[in-house]
Amino acid sequence: MNDRRPDARRRQLLRGAGALGMLAAGRALAAPVGGTASLGLAELPDGTLAEQMLYALPGKVPLIKKTFRPPNFETPVQYFRSAITPNKAFFVRWHLAGIPQVAAAQWALKVGGDSAERELTLNLDQLKKDFKPAQVTAVCQCSGNRRGLFEPHVAGVEWGAGAMGNAVWRGARLKDVLAKAGVKAGALEVVLDGADHAPLEKTPDFVKSIPVDVALSDDTLIAYEMNGEPLPHWNGFPVRLVVPGWTGTYWVKQLATVKVVSQPEKNFWMSTAYRLPRGRFSTPTFKSQLYAANEPITAMVVNSLVTSLQSGQQVARGKPIEVRGVAWDGGSGIAKVEVSPDTGATWLPAKLGKDRGRYSFREFALSVPTRESGARVIMARATSTRGETQVNELIHNPAGYHHNVIQRIYVEVV
Amino acid sequence: MRALALVAAAAAIATAPAYAQEDKVVLKDAPGRDKAQQCIACHSLDYIQMNSRFLDKAGWTASVNKMINAFGAPIAKEDVDAIASYLAENYGKR
Repeated sequence: MNDRRPDARRRQLLRGAGALGMLAAGRALAAPVGGTASLGLAELPDGTLAEQMLYALPGKVPLIKKTFRPPNFETPVQYFRSAITPNKAFFVRWHLAGIPQVAAAQWALKVGGDSAERELTLNLDQLKKDFKPAQVTAVCQCSGNRRGLFEPHVAGVEWGAGAMGNAVWRGARLKDVLAKAGVKAGALEVVLDGADHAPLEKTPDFVKSIPVDVALSDDTLIAYEMNGEPLPHWNGFPVRLVVPGWTGTYWVKQLATVKVVSQPEKNFWMSTAYRLPRGRFSTPTFKSQLYAANEPITAMVVNSLVTSLQSGQQVARGKPIEVRGVAWDGGSGIAKVEVSPDTGATWLPAKLGKDRGRYSFREFALSVPTRESGARVIMARATSTRGETQVNELIHNPAGYHHNVIQRIYVEVV
Repeated sequence: MRALALVAAAAAIATAPAYAQEDKVVLKDAPGRDKAQQCIACHSLDYIQMNSRFLDKAGWTASVNKMINAFGAPIAKEDVDAIASYLAENYGKR
């Protein structure tokens, strides 16, 4: 398929064409920037397509601009053709517009809370030297990835399929840092706050909490390296929390404060935002945060993304259709990815790529022969080791989370 | 006070290179735009275009009220209807 590198003139042409409604729906060459119909998924709202464009933040390659301030930028699909997402292409998501440039030498992490035995303050050197480094390859995916594909549409950042990335994270284990502070018997949650802030004093600061057992997991890191380099400013320099398997909302950037507490954290970002209707998904339960009607989002649902095809493209008869992509879930690992060459009538097992650990993207590939001319609908569905499979129909929820609907990619064999 | 906050926000935008392109985001010229312009105190105006066109007047009213009640936006109660009307008319569900 064509490598559609951005250039400003082409972009203008495409956006202009979109505004005039001249695009032939589904045709690869006419796809607008970041459109999702070309992925064989529902399309973004018209206003989103008209507004978004490719734009490079300092230190980043051009990403799909959703909003400038706070900055919300999505990774174009081409970057998911490799299992590891480059730092320069990694998506950017902030809730509040006050994002300081944090100097490594000035940064300090404060650890405390009513369930900590003592208070600690660590600088970056201490975090790197006083704690044994640990490493994990893990997908960071926004809870609202693919929100823009919800039908009916729901308000929020109208993400396409690229509010995610997979990186090798290296840092200190949160459990080791907490052990140094001492965790009391009644500890319930660990509360995390970053250096970012809102322009208005009245706006709730972005503060998240995780259950104490998740905080004490071997895999939960205070990461200072991403793919062997310091974290980009836009991804939380100098350190961010890494909660493998759980959605990006818990991966607090520019981490500044960690508190071990005996009571549930009640701020807006825990009690109102990032919640799902209770019991609608089979993901882990955040027991200390359950309300009668809803519960916090926790781990990711199983999902996949075909990156080698564009819906509407033509393939020469006799030449196989190469179906390739990545699959991931909330940390049980990918058991299998199946590809259907015939709109779901039959399913064939794809070959899985290198196992980079249960939290990582798992690549998959399958060649589908094309003996006859005509239209084909190609589908791919991932299944996790805990037996969870992608859905045929969207599980709607008010805030637009956990979209894992199977792609239906239209290919014409000619 | 609100005017001051807006001036401060505008100044912050002007000096932040990463957000320079934000100046190019312009709301549609129609009655009520001046009141909707207040949204700029906390976020760029592309949030509005991005969320179009699928919210009706009730949906936009809920969004504006969320900004006031959950995020503390200093928008006068008497301005809510004018802003929601402007948004529904220019960025609302057809």
